[in-house]
Parts: sequence; structure tokens; C-alpha cells
Amino acid sequence: MATVFSKPKALTDAPLHYCPGCTHGIIHRLVAEAIDDLGILGKTVGVAPVGCAVMAYDYFSCDMVEAAHGRAPAVATGLKRAMPDRIIFTYQGDGDLASIGMAETVHAATRNENITVIFVNNAIYGMTGGQMAPTSLPGQVTQTSPYGRDVKTVGYPIRVCELLSALDAPEYIERVAVNNVKNVLNAKRAIKKAFQNQIEGKGFSLIEVVSSCPTNWGMTPQKALDWVESDMIPYYPLGVYRDKSAKEGKE
Amino acid sequence: MAKVLMKGNEAIAEAAIRSGCRHYFGYPITPQTEVAAYMAKRMPKIGGTFLQAESEISAINMVYGVSSAGLRVMTSSSSPGVSLKQEGISYLAGSDLPALIVNVQRGGPGLGGIQPSQSDYFQATKGGGHGDYHLIVLAPASVQEMADLTAKAFDLSDKYRMPAMLLADGTIGQMMEPVELPEKMSEGGFEKPWAVTGTENKREHNIINSLYLVPEQLEDKNLERYERYKVVEQNEVMYEEYMTDDADVVVVAFGIAARVSKNAITAARAKGIKAGLIRPITLWPFPKEAIAKAAERAKGFISVELSMGQMIDDIRLAEGCKKPVTLCNRVGGMIPSPDEVLKAIEDMEGGAF
Amino acid sequence: MYTQILIAGFGGQGVLFAGKVLAYKGLTEEKQISWLPSYGPEMRGGTANCSVIVSDTPVGSPIVHEPDILIVMNLPSLDKYEGAVSKGGYAFVDSTLIERKLERTDVKAFYIPATKMARDLGIPTLANMIIVGKVIKETGVVSMDGLRDALAKTVSAKHQDLIDINLKAIEAGYNFKD
Repeated sequence: MATVFSKPKALTDAPLHYCPGCTHGIIHRLVAEAIDDLGILGKTVGVAPVGCAVMAYDYFSCDMVEAAHGRAPAVATGLKRAMPDRIIFTYQGDGDLASIGMAETVHAATRNENITVIFVNNAIYGMTGGQMAPTSLPGQVTQTSPYGRDVKTVGYPIRVCELLSALDAPEYIERVAVNNVKNVLNAKRAIKKAFQNQIEGKGFSLIEVVSSCPTNWGMTPQKALDWVESDMIPYYPLGVYRDKSAKEGKE
Repeated sequence: MAKVLMKGNEAIAEAAIRSGCRHYFGYPITPQTEVAAYMAKRMPKIGGTFLQAESEISAINMVYGVSSAGLRVMTSSSSPGVSLKQEGISYLAGSDLPALIVNVQRGGPGLGGIQPSQSDYFQATKGGGHGDYHLIVLAPASVQEMADLTAKAFDLSDKYRMPAMLLADGTIGQMMEPVELPEKMSEGGFEKPWAVTGTENKREHNIINSLYLVPEQLEDKNLERYERYKVVEQNEVMYEEYMTDDADVVVVAFGIAARVSKNAITAARAKGIKAGLIRPITLWPFPKEAIAKAAERAKGFISVELSMGQMIDDIRLAEGCKKPVTLCNRVGGMIPSPDEVLKAIEDMEGGAF
Repeated sequence: MYTQILIAGFGGQGVLFAGKVLAYKGLTEEKQISWLPSYGPEMRGGTANCSVIVSDTPVGSPIVHEPDILIVMNLPSLDKYEGAVSKGGYAFVDSTLIERKLERTDVKAFYIPATKMARDLGIPTLANMIIVGKVIKETGVVSMDGLRDALAKTVSAKHQDLIDINLKAIEAGYNFKD
């Protein structure tokens, strides 16, 4: 019998704890497929965040480190400096990467630290039950913005790709989504490139994955994917924000 | 071997290198910046990593990363910066990772001052960050000890899989004394099968982690850790006794306070007062037994500290509240003079306490 | 011998360096040594001081409260430390910059126009070394023999060319007759 579909080697057999309809599962698989495709499983070390993906260390079958909230890029810096020949990635959510860990994110980027950052933006704090995130949209209702995000008092969402693109150093920055098949396939290509860049020693690569959170958005999974299309992507336009090597190649 | 004159802070850095440490992360703060400056100069020449982190928080988490990979690593700072590192220190302890954290203390709280202090004693010995844990805390009193205890800290930290702290102060950090640095300063050679070095597809994946959502598991982790701490308490206590054999008045002091106290004890002996010194070298584990033993014959104890009285609690616990314990202290960057300590010795000898 | 030395002046006058030279010289004579600087903003132009102890026995506290030898290179330092000098101790005063004499009579005081001498010798930054020369002459805390070796250790590798002028300054101070 021919096998037409199987689990990537880079995932363990542990059942994922994510809510029904959550896209973390897709993104985990894309990361794992990239690791498999590139044949780097045995030399990859991942860094899990604090947030919904906190237990990613149980799901990826490579060596894993659990970092303090927001500190994954600093931990990854230590790992990479200690083992330059290993492939180091972080997997972080929006609160982890863009709020409490913003300094670590920006400075790892500006050092062009040769690591791969997978940034899952679902515009909400999922693990703690649906509070406002640095990327929650204007007017978005959450547990801590019950009347909708009021930009006059709490400010505007942070567009991480645009912000990091203002730096000279980073190698590669792209925003993708996983709300339909076409976008998932494109996300796979981007994530693989972000690992490939590290293999080639090019430096800091960050892939922002616009994601959904049906549970905390209070929507059905399908509705949530529709909201990604109608509300999230217009605020967070998809595309390549930085591709240093390609640009230098052209010039 | 020829002795060289070195600043205490530089001695830490050189000893760390000679102990096989090739990764240093830090953030500038007086009065420990010489450690970073020394590392910045030396590390690139020996294939090591010196990285000035964006914050103390990042520095300690870079330490966490290198330690996860199984390599020797350190960071250094002074009091306000060490407060910032506490989160990472708790994670190191919770993940059973070795590392060296150096605190060249200055006066506090808050931004405090930049002059010497010992007021981070509680923070260093009682936890500092959240959760049940201990650090191995070593208190150097000379430039030579800055070097020797740095090497010792790496070994103990690796041996027991727990972070170690070198708790110095601005005086010992800034002063120069002759120091002898052997080529090889540390035992080294500790196996680290738990390190995340990549599975090479040959073993199950290793996980460095401090999260245990099942309370039974987390309890077990804590219990296991405290079993290890017991072994440390049994085997690794270090202290110096100075003229305690016949001492009526026992001064207890560490670091610079112990140096000052020795002058006072010499002066007291010249006046015919039988004074002696117990100098804890490990602050955790604390030399409880030495103090309990001294309590059998001494009239009382004097805790000489550059704090409002922190170690004094441990002295009282160790001697079982049998004998009076007085405090001779200065704070805010001030250091008691030998005369002030002598006065405290005379007061105790005369029964005025 | 347990000699406690305190050197004080403005930042930039080479107060810490003068202490280092004495410390390194003591080290080459196999004495016990400690050298403790004031640190912080003083390094950048305020007052600076340093404590040096040269001893045959282990050094206790490195902090000098009662110097046997006081070197002062500005008036505020003399005002601050004159009272601290041990009875029968020594005080060395840069008389170009400090016009007054010591009030104490139980201290052996020496007045050296070091800043002027340094200027006249074309080595205007080395008044500190001129005083060090006089200190060696009068107190014998360290000896002149092998001074070059101690200087070579004190001066950083890239400034070894400055050893000669430092020696010249120390000798000028050593030979100064008041």
C-alpha cells in the first residue's frame, strides 16, 4: 500500500493540545516539514515561547528549550553562539515576541543573529484566555478591551514586519497567512526559505504567520478564517518585507 | 609561578577564561564593568564570545541558551542589574542549568549608589527570583579569591547542575592585589548528556524546561532538587577561621567586611581581648556548624556587614539564639573602620550589648 | 613593615598611576601589596584618591584610614586628609598647586614644586612621578633599584616608550633638595 500522507519526522507522536480550529497545528506541521525537507532534524534546536505554543517542546522531535516569556531570541542567541553549526529556531506568539520580548526581538534582528524566527500573530493572548495583544486590531473586543481596542488610550497595533524592516541588518522578513490552501503553501515556502537562509549563514530571518484564534475570537473556525481575510490581512498586508540577498543580487 | 597585580574584576574574567568559559554576556554597570571590558578584549582572540546584550534580562537569557548547549558561560553585573537578572536565574534553577553569575555589589535599594555594599545578601542566599531554589553563593575577600572562587564556582555549578553566584563588592572588584593564576584552574570534565546539542537522529530529543503543569511532577522536581541541595550543604561548606580557638568574642564577616574585621581583631588581641573571626566563604551553604561550635565557648557574636543586618539572621539561626549577636554595620557605600569594629568587640567583651 | 599610603588629587593628575608604580615596585620586592582606587565620576575630572599598602605581612583591610604616607596634589585633598596622617608619618605636598603648609607639627612634611619642575623638564604630565621619587628618597618604602622593571609592568604594552621619561621624573624627585 502506498503511503500518500504521513506525519513529518520532526513532529513527535504527542497529541497537540491546541483548540479545535486553531492554526498552530498547521504552522507546527509547516515548520516540521521544512526541517524534514532540509534534512536538518538531527542538528536543529528549537526554542519554545510562553504562550499557547509553550509546550511546543513536546511536539517537535528535535532538541528543544523552553524560554522565559519573550526571551526566546536571547536564548536562541546563546544557543547559536555556543553552536554555530546547529540550526536554531524560535517559535513565538504576538505577546511573547512583540510585547514583553520586543527588545530581544529587535536586538536579535539588528545583530542579524543567524537564527530563524517563526512569529505567530493571532491578535490575541490565547493561553491566558483572550486578552488584548500588541497586535489586536483597533476596535477589537477582548477580555481586557471589552469595549473594543481604543487606540486613543492603548495605542495602535504593532506591525512587526514593517517595524523590523526599518533596521539595516535583518536578512529576511516576510508575512504570510494560513487561512486557505494557497496561503498555506506559500507559508511553507517562506518558512523553508527562512531555514535555508540560516543554513547558508545569511542571518536573521523572521516569518510572521497571520493566524486565527476561533476560541478567543468567539467565532467558528470557518468564521475565524474569514475574519483573517476580511480584517487581519488588510491591516497586516502579506508579502516579503526584506530580502537582503535578493536585493543585493539585483544591484 | 610569578604573581601579577590585577584588579579583582579582571581576576574574575581571567580565571573564568582559564576555567574554560568561552561565552560571556553582560551589560555595563559600575563597579563591575572591568569584567566586561576584559572579556571584550580577550574573547575574540581565543575564539570565544563576548556579547554586550541589550539588557541584563537578555544577557541572562543568552547565558541560559549557552548553558542549555552544555557549555560554560557567565554574566556579571552589579546590584540593580542583578535584580533584572532574577527572572532568568529562577529559570536556570528551575531547568537545573549550571551558570556563573557575578554580582559586584553596590549600595541600594533602587539605583542606590556605586560604592561597595553587601546588601544583596538576602537576594543571593534566599532565592532572589520566584520559586523554591538556591544558588551556590561564594564570597571572595581578596583578588586571589576572586580568581580561585570563580574557578570553584564553575566546578560546583557543573557538578550539582545549579547556578552559582560570586557575591563580591565594589572594593574587592576595584582593588589590585598580587594574584597567581595557574594555567588550569578548574577540574572541568563534567558530562552533560542532557544538553541540547542536536539529536543527530541518534537519541530521543532533550528538553530544557522548567514547566510542569502536573503538580505531582512539579513537586517531585522540587523534592529532587532539594535532595541535591542537601548534598551541597553536607559537602561544600567553606569558611576561614581566624583566632577562634580561644575566642570570647567571635566576629562573623565576609568579603571586605572580613578584611576590616581582621585589623580590628589584631588590635583587640593587642589589648588582651580574645577575639576571633569566622569568615564564611560559601554564604550558601552557610557554615552553620562552625558557628554552632563557636557558640559553645564564645560570649557572643558580632555580625559585621555592609547592610542593615542580613547575614545576622543566619548567624542567629546557626547558634540557636544561645548567645547574644550584635550588628556592626555601615551602609550606602560606607565601610566600617577597624576602630568601629574594635569598639563593637570591646562592647561585647565588656558585656555592653 | 606595614606602610599605608594615601595619594589624592584631581582626576587626571595621575594619582592612581602613582599608586600603581609604588604597588608594582613593592610587588617586585616580594612585599604584600594592595591598591584600591576611588572609582566612579572621580575618574572624569573630580577628586581622585588611591590607597596603597606595602607590607611584609598579609594586608588586612585595603582601605587606608590613617596613612603613614600622604601624597596630596591639590588643596582640597590636603584639607581633607591632613588630620588623618598617622603621628610621625609623612606628608608630600605639590607646592606649585598648594600654597599653604601643614598645620600639624607631628608629621614630617615635604614641599615639592612638582608641577613646576615637571613643566621645566618638558614633562608636564609627570608631577606625580616627581613626588614618587621624593617619597622613595625620604621614606624608603620601596627602593630605586630595579625601578625600570616595575615601570615596564605598570605602563601598558603600547606605551613602553614612556618608561624613560617616567624614570627621569622619578629621578628628578629623588634628587630634589628643598
